[in-house]
Amino acid sequence: MTAATVDFTALAGKGANPANRPSTSDIPWNKQKTSPLKIVGTVIGYLGMLCLTIFMVLPFVWMFLAAVKPNNEVFMVPFKWLPSVWHWENYINIWTDSNMLTWLGNTVFFAFCVTFLQVFTGSFAAYGFSKIKFPGRNVLFLIYIATMAVPWQAYMIPQYKILSSIHLTDTRWSIILLQAFGAFGVFMMKQFYDTIPEELSEAARLDGLSEWGIYRRIVLPLSGPSIAALGIITFTNTWNDYMGPLMYLRSPSLQTIQLGLKTFISQNSANYAMVMTGSVMSVLPILIVFLIGQKQFVEGIATSGMKG
Amino acid sequence: MSVSSPKTKAPKGGKLTAKAITRRNTIHGLGFIAPNFIGFIFLILVPVLVLFYIANTKWSAFGDPKWTGLLNWRRLFKDDVFRAAFVNTIVYSVVHIPLTLAIAFALAVLLNSKLKFRSFFRTVAFFPYVTSIVAAAQVWNMLFDAKSGVINQFLGLFTDNPPAWLGSTTWAMPAVIIVATWREVGYYMILLLAGLQTIPTELYEASSIDGANGWKQFWKITVPCMRPTLFFVLVTLTIGSFKILDLTLVMTNGGPGTATLVLAQYVYRVAFERSDFGYASTVSLTLFALCMVVTLIQFWYNNRKEK
Repeated sequence: MTAATVDFTALAGKGANPANRPSTSDIPWNKQKTSPLKIVGTVIGYLGMLCLTIFMVLPFVWMFLAAVKPNNEVFMVPFKWLPSVWHWENYINIWTDSNMLTWLGNTVFFAFCVTFLQVFTGSFAAYGFSKIKFPGRNVLFLIYIATMAVPWQAYMIPQYKILSSIHLTDTRWSIILLQAFGAFGVFMMKQFYDTIPEELSEAARLDGLSEWGIYRRIVLPLSGPSIAALGIITFTNTWNDYMGPLMYLRSPSLQTIQLGLKTFISQNSANYAMVMTGSVMSVLPILIVFLIGQKQFVEGIATSGMKG
Repeated sequence: MSVSSPKTKAPKGGKLTAKAITRRNTIHGLGFIAPNFIGFIFLILVPVLVLFYIANTKWSAFGDPKWTGLLNWRRLFKDDVFRAAFVNTIVYSVVHIPLTLAIAFALAVLLNSKLKFRSFFRTVAFFPYVTSIVAAAQVWNMLFDAKSGVINQFLGLFTDNPPAWLGSTTWAMPAVIIVATWREVGYYMILLLAGLQTIPTELYEASSIDGANGWKQFWKITVPCMRPTLFFVLVTLTIGSFKILDLTLVMTNGGPGTATLVLAQYVYRVAFERSDFGYASTVSLTLFALCMVVTLIQFWYNNRKEK
């Protein structure tokens, strides 16, 4: 867990403020002549960036364009990027042709519940692990850390059997419980709380504030950025989760966007444009969330170095 | 622990013994941890522990698990599909890990330079990672279409015989690896970038005064300084590759034949398509063991370094 301890202020500093730090070579009289090798390097750098941008973005561009193409143009030979007629009405028809509203509603509900629980219980537990000293604390935390190395795929079967033995499969509870108690949130919040100086909570303790008061009035207000980071990462993970809903949810009325989209794709496999419209609908909200919370997202990943 | 230090004295000013303070702290500490810990025990810890028992039982859709000792393990060693899944997982990892690491590292180095547009580029490189698997797999499936997909139309300019990708047993795995790399590269790029930015710029400045060029700086400064980060990324990447599931499930469903069937998907298949939960747990346990080996190597490496 070496990178976990990487100081993320370095990243934040650079990410937030693209202005380069002044280095000695920026001072005019220190400027050396740019060597041809350096120019070649810069050109290669830009070329590499361009190629990889194309590789990263083209599938998205293709998806967005295919979503508004006439159906027979999606797989045209030779293929055309732009549709001959722009079928924007696909975005209206998708609401009636599929249960898009149900899927989105369910997904938003799950994502909010899970995010709330994860942030709430995670920051709570992190406070216990970081700021209160009691015997056995380190052992408990070690158990959390140890299970983080166990992939969910390895224990999904016993987990499923436990939840089905108490009749929680095919209920909203299954998805919420499944996602909300990860060790990841505790770990990430503890990383952050450890950076809050001990003196702060000690002083508050001397002033007679209860532990709950310290958490509520001092630690919580300071942890805005890391709560935002944990929140946005959890939200994205829950939104994109496919395996959980696939295993647990059977009723069409409970389906999430991922599960619904998959069903929609298998039922409309020849209706390419519509399938792409559905795909855009599943991707677009989370892309917007990501663009808004990009800074927190990236910092959160750089600090914790782990995902759920 | 400084439990008896005057700092942690009871707020109301009454004198508390060290024992009382410890007790009070324990109650408070456990109280804070409890909401998460209770969920954690039931949903993660118990399933992980129970796995070891179920792996040695026969458990069908109904009824209780029956202890069968080593029967499942004997079955495992004779199971050709398991062997195929195991080999596929290893093949996937062996190609995916270096590929992703190399591209992610190159991207991180680019982003750490003073090139323009890099913050735009960082955003773009991260897009695939926040995209849902289902949509991403669907788009790529259509791009990989053997006859009229964009990729093969492009390759058709150079060769008369482009690969059939997802329809072919040889090319399905490369296609999966390409998509997985496309999806994950941005994530590892961020981790590596965080590492790169901890390297003091003075090192580069000093070495360029001494006449070292960029290439030399990369191997003599960047790589040695990045060793801990690189190692951490390698471990995460390896475990991530071993446990790959949803991508192959959505993209190829393990096919054609067993060409892209991986361990985690075999677990899923045995459990949910054959309702054989006991044997599925046995397969899970091998996946578990595989990841544990990697984690243990990580521990061993970290300990050795600290000495």
